[in-house]
Amino acid sequence: MALLEVNDIHTYYGNIHALKGVSFEVDSGEIIALIGSNGAGKTTTLRTISGLMAPRDGNIVYDGRDISATRADLLVVRGISMVPEGRGVFAKLTVEENLDMGAYIRADGDVAEDLASAYAMFPRLQERRKQLAGTLSGGEQQMLAIARALMSKPRLLLLDEPSMGLAPVLVDVVFAAIQRIASEGVTILLVEQNAHMALQIANRGYVLQSGEVALSDTAANLQRNEVVQKTYLGID
Amino acid sequence: MTFMTSQASRHVLRLGLLSGGFILFAGVIGMIAAFHEREVVDDFISLGQTLLLAAPFVTSYVAAARLSEAGQEPRMALAGGFVIGALTALPTIVLLLFNSEEYRNLLYASLRLLPFVAASFLAWKSHAQGNETRQVAATWLTAALLIGIVAFGFALIFEVKGDLRGVLVNVDRDWVAVVTFDHRRELWTGIGLLLAASAGAGLAGAVMRILPDIPRRALLYGLGITLLVGAFGETVRLVLQENVDRDTLREIFRRDTLRQNAAATLFIVSALAGFLWALFGRRAQDEFAALDNSRRHRIRNLGMLLFAALLLALPWLIGRTLSDVAVTIGLFVLMGLGLNIAIGLAGLLDLGYVTNYAVGAYILAALTSIGPLGLFKGTFTFWMVIPIALLAAMFAGFIFAVPVLRMRGDYLAIATLGFGEIIGKLALSDWLKPLIGGAQGVQNIPKPFLFATELKNPEQLYYIVLVACLVTLFVSIRLNNSRAGRQWMAIREDEDVATAMGIDTARAKLLAFTLSAATGGVAGAIFAAKVGTVFPNSFTVFISINVLSLIIVGGIASNPGIVVGAVVLIGMPELLREFSDFRFLMYGALLILMMINRPQGFIPSKLVMHEVQAGVKPKLSAGD
Repeated sequence: MALLEVNDIHTYYGNIHALKGVSFEVDSGEIIALIGSNGAGKTTTLRTISGLMAPRDGNIVYDGRDISATRADLLVVRGISMVPEGRGVFAKLTVEENLDMGAYIRADGDVAEDLASAYAMFPRLQERRKQLAGTLSGGEQQMLAIARALMSKPRLLLLDEPSMGLAPVLVDVVFAAIQRIASEGVTILLVEQNAHMALQIANRGYVLQSGEVALSDTAANLQRNEVVQKTYLGID
Repeated sequence: MTFMTSQASRHVLRLGLLSGGFILFAGVIGMIAAFHEREVVDDFISLGQTLLLAAPFVTSYVAAARLSEAGQEPRMALAGGFVIGALTALPTIVLLLFNSEEYRNLLYASLRLLPFVAASFLAWKSHAQGNETRQVAATWLTAALLIGIVAFGFALIFEVKGDLRGVLVNVDRDWVAVVTFDHRRELWTGIGLLLAASAGAGLAGAVMRILPDIPRRALLYGLGITLLVGAFGETVRLVLQENVDRDTLREIFRRDTLRQNAAATLFIVSALAGFLWALFGRRAQDEFAALDNSRRHRIRNLGMLLFAALLLALPWLIGRTLSDVAVTIGLFVLMGLGLNIAIGLAGLLDLGYVTNYAVGAYILAALTSIGPLGLFKGTFTFWMVIPIALLAAMFAGFIFAVPVLRMRGDYLAIATLGFGEIIGKLALSDWLKPLIGGAQGVQNIPKPFLFATELKNPEQLYYIVLVACLVTLFVSIRLNNSRAGRQWMAIREDEDVATAMGIDTARAKLLAFTLSAATGGVAGAIFAAKVGTVFPNSFTVFISINVLSLIIVGGIASNPGIVVGAVVLIGMPELLREFSDFRFLMYGALLILMMINRPQGFIPSKLVMHEVQAGVKPKLSAGD
């Protein structure tokens, strides 16, 4: 059974119909890529799943239960963690305080252990544990945002444009980390404009176009698809 | 011989005219004459004259600092100071001439010529090419046009009113007397004196800047402390009166004014102290820093203990009048600490804080009053009502927070501003009149009793406020480091991300508003018991603005900052009551100066320091 099922959701910004019946599913342990151009509704889809926006129609089933009307903060407790677009680290807190903030919902005593494994995944963060997050480079901030999202021990990790504004070298580092996270059993839903990178690590992909799913296939097939190649991969 | 660069001279010109404009403005609005009423040193200098001289002094000091930074010779800094001093006097002199019957017509006629002069100047200049000259010419033209308009305005005033006073009501004999150093009759002597004094002060300011560090600091300490003691002579006398015998007091003060001998002694002593501090202060600090931890802690604890003892003994040290001021300051500290929970910790800009103050005051009034409006006539005592007032204010805070939960930043501020106004209107309304008396308010509120002693003096009420402040301070420090504090911090930074951390932002905001309201309620209740009557007029938007300003001036989210802010913004105006006309003017000026030069406040919190260091724009609200 799918961990996450999105069934025909319609989301609006006021009167603007942003999502016009988006449906897809994410199986446990998969990496799913949502690709599409600017304004296709990728971020809106993530915001709707994470509870920051409510769908006017359709439903979202997570782990067998309808979560369409569940508050965002409760979804974090249920195991859905999001890395927002533009990273959203707490600029005036140190790296370590940011990570502690990520463990906000947890009452168990194993936070120190997870902190250690976060540092193991991103050694750069350990070097800068006492540094203010606002003074980190873009790539380091992205690592911090991902590490922070992991601190709540999610089952489903939503990533919004993790490659945005990063140098190519850092994009590789971040995507390698995403693959490693997936290999540890965390299901990943990835929104990307960088379709090339996203499809390289994903199992399956969905192409969004003007608020609708235009294509869906395995990542390998999508990479070979002519339309995708032309429109999103820049191959003629 | 080197001349000043044109940039430097333009700088001097601009600063000089700025300080001249300030002095002119202060004169025209009556500030100088009003300040003249207060003597700083007996039969020597008044506060008005201090203002007159302080402007060129400070401006030259700043200008000299910038000139020497720009690599100018000290000589140039001195010349600059002199010019700035003279320029400071210039606008005032022009107004003096306008004000005198002999020269007014001549001046007016020549002013009318100015636009033509400027136009021909422009024509002449436009021959020369190059952008810079064109700009200069354009500036001149604008200036000339402005002067022409002013001249035209003056002409109208003369025609309609016969003299300047018709419109500039404060340009009167008193003002002339102050700016001419009591030479109202001999105008040119007066003008000469003004020019000399102003230029002298400017020169002195520049000299001060180029002096070596140690003598400069000694002199500045001496001058600053003497002027401060002189300006607040009444306050200092009130304090001394409690601790020194009458004869000594009479030697130091003539009524409320510092005597010349005392001022000279004070100057020498404080300059000496400044000298010693400049010599050994750094070393003392270094030695303190080099001490091992436990000893440093012991010294720090000793300091805390002394401070606590001072706080406890304060009413005896300062006497009744000042205790009353201390109580008022305390009430605002209480409110500042409360509002800081919403603004400083959670980043919710609440402009309706007066609501909570009013609720607390009216609850206490209605429940304890023994007058005709009292509901229970003495059944409830002060101590029983304080918790009720606290809960009622929290309830009000909660109720008002519910509808604005979804708002952010500016929208939230406007909505809360509206709530503050609603409370004022409710207090005045006919609907609640049977309960809280409408415009007449509630009278006959009994003072609190403690073990059968009536706490009727400000000295006694002080302790209630002190305890309330300490409790609030403790709670506020604990809150800051708590899970709730972390929640608020996350919300302040970014509401969406906070949600993504699993924080229930609605609940966290409600909690912030509710807790923030609590101290407002207590402050209101104590205020009502202190004055014994409660009127709607006491609960205007100015309370909210005062509390907000003291937080901003002191340092957002900084507890010591809030105390300093309350002392400066609430205490100082209380001590300068005779100048209450200028209270909000000085308030505004202080706020603007603070925002430009020290946006993080007097005593910034660690977090705000981070903001400044990281170059992040200081943020008041959690808006986007």
